[in-house]
Amino acid sequence: MIEKQVNQKAWFMVLPVFLLVAFSAIIPLMTVVNYAFQDTFGSNQFYWVGLDWFKEIIHSERFHDAFFRQVAFSAIILTIEIPLGVAIALAMPKKGWGVPVCLISMALPLLIPWNVVGTIWQIFARVDIGLLGHTLTQLGINYNYTQDPVAAWITIIVMDVWHWTSLVVLLSYAGLSSIPDVYYQAAKIDGASKISIFRYIQLPKMQRVLLIAVLLRFMDSFMIYTEPFVITGGGPGNSTTFMSIDLVKMAIGQFDLGPAAAMSLLYFLVILLLSWVFYTVMSNIGEESSNGGV
Amino acid sequence: MQLELRNVSKKVGKSFHISNVSLLFEPGALNILLGPTLSGKTTLMRLMAGLDQPTAGTVHFSGKDVTGVKVQKRNAAMVYQQFINYPNLTVFENIASPLRIAKIGKTEIKERVDKVASLLKLENMLGRNPNELSGGQQQRTAIARALVKGADLVLLDEPLANLDYKLREELREELPRIFAETGAIFVYATTEPSEALLLGGRTATLHEGQVTQFGSTIDVFTKPNNLITARTLSDPPLNTLPVVKLNGRMLYKSHVEIPLIGKLPQLPDDNYTIAFRPHNLYLNRRKNTDIRVKAKVAITEITGSESYIHTDVAGVRWVLLASGVHKFGINETIDIFLDPDTFYVFDRNESLVVMPETVAGV
Repeated sequence: MIEKQVNQKAWFMVLPVFLLVAFSAIIPLMTVVNYAFQDTFGSNQFYWVGLDWFKEIIHSERFHDAFFRQVAFSAIILTIEIPLGVAIALAMPKKGWGVPVCLISMALPLLIPWNVVGTIWQIFARVDIGLLGHTLTQLGINYNYTQDPVAAWITIIVMDVWHWTSLVVLLSYAGLSSIPDVYYQAAKIDGASKISIFRYIQLPKMQRVLLIAVLLRFMDSFMIYTEPFVITGGGPGNSTTFMSIDLVKMAIGQFDLGPAAAMSLLYFLVILLLSWVFYTVMSNIGEESSNGGV
Repeated sequence: MQLELRNVSKKVGKSFHISNVSLLFEPGALNILLGPTLSGKTTLMRLMAGLDQPTAGTVHFSGKDVTGVKVQKRNAAMVYQQFINYPNLTVFENIASPLRIAKIGKTEIKERVDKVASLLKLENMLGRNPNELSGGQQQRTAIARALVKGADLVLLDEPLANLDYKLREELREELPRIFAETGAIFVYATTEPSEALLLGGRTATLHEGQVTQFGSTIDVFTKPNNLITARTLSDPPLNTLPVVKLNGRMLYKSHVEIPLIGKLPQLPDDNYTIAFRPHNLYLNRRKNTDIRVKAKVAITEITGSESYIHTDVAGVRWVLLASGVHKFGINETIDIFLDPDTFYVFDRNESLVVMPETVAGV
């Protein structure tokens, strides 16, 4: 028998990464866990409270409201951005000078930092000096996102669509350009209509990039913080207080570290769970249509 | 039912992709377009299908001018080098798709799909998705889709090029039978001379957008009108030798003398190109008139039953095809023999002036 050589050097290679992750992720996370199960009255005195904070959060109306606002927001974002992105990608030119022009103008919103996007729209939508807000008011439309919850939602949704549809467009466009020209030729010879070309050629061929787009847009919209924070600060009232904004309010505004820690753990688990669901669905459908056709 | 191209040209930008092509295809026969990549095969097929319109000339179907008629109204079908199927439809639905577009009844669809599926040996695959099939089966599905609608014109653009050797042979053997069972006009594009010869039928050789010859494949092979045709329909490549005939002597590079036998003495003094096939170059003397040449071996390729010996003879590369296994070292000097009876001779315009005795007799 030959003793299998075990190379212990690999551990040393992994060590720096492990330390880095420990300081940047694991230790802060454990601190959060620490707060979630204890209560403190200052001067570093901690009392074990078990699952009390979690029970409090799960039964609090405030958490329910934030959670449903969050789910509604992500659902609206996905139903608008995915079809719109696909439609724009389909309408984009396939060759010629239009391609770089379209691609660059599509990529521009993605290059702007999130808080800048928020600031742009915050000013843009203002009734007194903002181009959009002022124009709408002049046209006699009652629009004031600082007072009207519906206007606040519309502002944030339009902003997010403006900011992130490009991502869906770029992904779909990449999926579309991977379809060989002969597919369209064959469909043309068959006499297939535009709708059946979309249904039977383009959509199946885009399926995998689309699921990636859905996953990315879901996670991002579910964790949205910066833009609503800049534009509405969660208002008017609590109408745009999404989960991350609520969390920050609780942790930093009220300094309720215990419930905030419990809530952030729940928030993390929800995102993890939903992403896992999306991922499973994605890889299942992906497997069905992988190595298919060309 | 006939497909006729009359003086068809296709200009893209300033260059002619197809120039002045006239062809007449009869139904039931397999027509092969043979030519290297970029010789214009696909362009010509797109013109036949109606996917593109010619810059000049007309396309006639059964005597009727269909030049401006759109592809959807032409009743043509096409099979590509890539395996083009609808990825998320079953094989049955894939084959049925042109019939569904044509709004044909359910029972007739089933009948026709079953018939063509059994012709292409896909009966047991009908419930599967294309991605669960081998490359050969995927291409069979694509061919079935082209055949099922009973098109008058079926265009196959290098359909076997993406298949591996075994599947290609298998499908190639079946194709003539499949073609014979459907009455359509088949046009088959390929880059491989051996494929054209194996499939038989009629061959049009293409070179830089022009048809250099069109006739029964064997005729084109044995009696090429010109050097380009002979080169296009020859694999392994034709061996050539530029010679000058002067004062009753035929010389290569003014020192290798070619004995004037057969029809060679009757040729007027001029520049000629002698061409002969690799299997007409021999390792030993067979006739008194054979010419012995000293050759340097460049490389020997052994397929098992045959050996391709690439040789350098006074600056030209010739390939010798010998049966059995022959092993020569690189740069080894060997004697090889040419048989003037097997020579094709082309004049300075590359037109055929002398063909081998054996062929002339046929």
